[in-house]
Amino acid sequence: MSALTDRLDAIRGEGRSALIGYLPVGFPSVERSVRAMETMVAAGVDVVEVGLPYSDPVMDGPTIQVAAERALQGGTHIADAFTAVRAVADAGAPVVVMSYYNPMLQYGLERFADDLVAAGGSGAITPDLTPDAAGLWLSAARPRHLDTIFLVAPSSTQERLHMTVAETTGFVYAASLMGVTGERASVGAGAEQLVAATRAAGAARVCVGLGVSTGAQAADVARFADGVIVGSALVRCLLDHEDEDAALDALRAKTAELARGVRGES
Amino acid sequence: MTQSLSGAAGPFFGAFGGRFVPEALVAALDELTDAYDKAKHDPAFGEELDRLAREYTGRPSIMTEVPRFAAHCGGARVFLKREDLNHTGSHKINNVLGQALLTKRIGKTRVIAETGAGQHGVAAATAAALMDLECTVYMGEEDTERQALNVARMRLLGATVVPVTTGSRTLRDAINEAYRDWVTNVETTNYIFGTAAGPHPFPEMVRDFQRVIGREAREQMMALGGLPDAVLACVGGGSNAIGVFDAFLDDDGVRLVGCEAAGDGVQTGKHASSITGGRPGVLHGAMSYVLQDGDGQTQPSHSISAGLDYPGVGPQHAWLADMGRAEYWPVTDPEAMEAFRLLSRTEGILPAIESAHALAGAMKLGRELGPDATLLVNLSGRGDKDVETAATYFNLLDEESQQ
Ligand SMILES: Cc1ncc(COP(=O)(O)O)c(C=O)c1O
Repeated sequence: MSALTDRLDAIRGEGRSALIGYLPVGFPSVERSVRAMETMVAAGVDVVEVGLPYSDPVMDGPTIQVAAERALQGGTHIADAFTAVRAVADAGAPVVVMSYYNPMLQYGLERFADDLVAAGGSGAITPDLTPDAAGLWLSAARPRHLDTIFLVAPSSTQERLHMTVAETTGFVYAASLMGVTGERASVGAGAEQLVAATRAAGAARVCVGLGVSTGAQAADVARFADGVIVGSALVRCLLDHEDEDAALDALRAKTAELARGVRGES
Repeated sequence: MTQSLSGAAGPFFGAFGGRFVPEALVAALDELTDAYDKAKHDPAFGEELDRLAREYTGRPSIMTEVPRFAAHCGGARVFLKREDLNHTGSHKINNVLGQALLTKRIGKTRVIAETGAGQHGVAAATAAALMDLECTVYMGEEDTERQALNVARMRLLGATVVPVTTGSRTLRDAINEAYRDWVTNVETTNYIFGTAAGPHPFPEMVRDFQRVIGREAREQMMALGGLPDAVLACVGGGSNAIGVFDAFLDDDGVRLVGCEAAGDGVQTGKHASSITGGRPGVLHGAMSYVLQDGDGQTQPSHSISAGLDYPGVGPQHAWLADMGRAEYWPVTDPEAMEAFRLLSRTEGILPAIESAHALAGAMKLGRELGPDATLLVNLSGRGDKDVETAATYFNLLDEESQQ
């Protein structure tokens, strides 16, 4: 069991769904992104996803693309992700890294896993790495007890749901719809069905991401998922406000709205 | 030779290739792999493709000996495989017709494509018009500027052209954007990928649709007296190169030379020579050589040729490079433009700037091997789309207005 699964199970014990917040490290700067993550934790995010910016983020929509591009222009490096992980862990929240495969591969998978463990991280979400392509990563992560969090999508076949669930630890990330990250007016109607199918395939914990941006949407997803994953709506708070205090105020307000949502209080 | 290299199957080519993609795309890639495997063994599919090649593309493409150009290649005999004479002006049509037919077979009604020089986009728009498919082409904004004529061509053919404004605003960003479209619209949409790179089945499938180049060329060379000493082709993602190499892979005596775009020179860092100047890594769904920094962030590529301006390369080339079966040479902008100028002046053939990189390779290799050598160059495309770029490069527009 990891800090992540302990927390998710405890939250389930409270009869609610967890709020999982994503922010990319390095946007608008490493220091400010770390303060933003700490702010989210203080304002009610249960689990933090530290995004590692990548030059070719094919699963991300415009909001996260822009943030990642600026983080890279600002000179963000892989090691900065571990700095952020350490800070979030110290703030008391379980933390996972979300990274495309090539940066992990170039850093060295064993070294990546070692540094993630040392920083207090629970595992990694790999949006462009499916379990059938992840042999090397699994060999590095397993002995270190890191959670390997893979995605399922509305297009996943039964066979692939089973395969993915079998190789996933921590939680299964269910993509609410076919598409990329971004704020949307409504969450995919197929999400509930996908969560049910993923549970039927044996998943202990299923969290839903893509397109959740309001407290009402969070409340809706919280009915059937173990966790609600929000990214773009949080990144937007930092994109919209140059001034750090204003950005953190907006982030606090958005986090509180979502935290009420996962408690069915919206 | 222990095992045949010709027609090697994916998903892996040695340590390269594979499929590193979001789960959301796996079902579509599986469907495509399946459909392609069935089509490959269906005589009706092969016959339809052959008919289109004959009656639409204009195959077989001819072989032209170019003695006046060869005088600049150390006096070696030089033959050009004339893919520039294909309908739409390049080898790209060979691949696109195959993938468009496949799209019909799997019952999808919309296709998307990425394009750099615009040749693949034009070919995709052409096939879509022919086969009544809706078509959207993603093109980096920088490329829409340097290849404006091809943007207009695609629009005339009924395609929607979307300029991509993110990242380096070139081919690689166009591919990212096409992936995002595909993830979102995969139910109705097939991705017609333009080169022998990307996730399985694309490297194998695109290679198979381009093999016709080498098959014809080998027969034509045999009829002209025998195998060439070397086959040269330019390498962007690597589809025309693997297409012409394939038939010669098992001919041990034939040297295979892929010419990568070296831009200002590999040592300047402003280039697109993924094999010469890159390292193994994952980009756009496959393991291959990638131009990247220490953190695995893709580095921007540079080339005067939009079609070669890509920081990755197909996995089969990475494999052939590692085993030493093929060589990959960097060719700079000035070297390519000199070859462009020479072929135009000596033979009355305006090559695509992409193809001019292979011609520059022939100039170098010919001087090395001397007059006894026979070189086959794949002339992957014609230069009509490059007139403005070339005229600017050679200051022709200014000269004229000054006269
Ligand atoms: C004429 C021509 N040759 C070559 C290329 C490079 O592609 P590939 O390496 O896949 O043949 C292009 C790409 O646009 C092209 O238009």
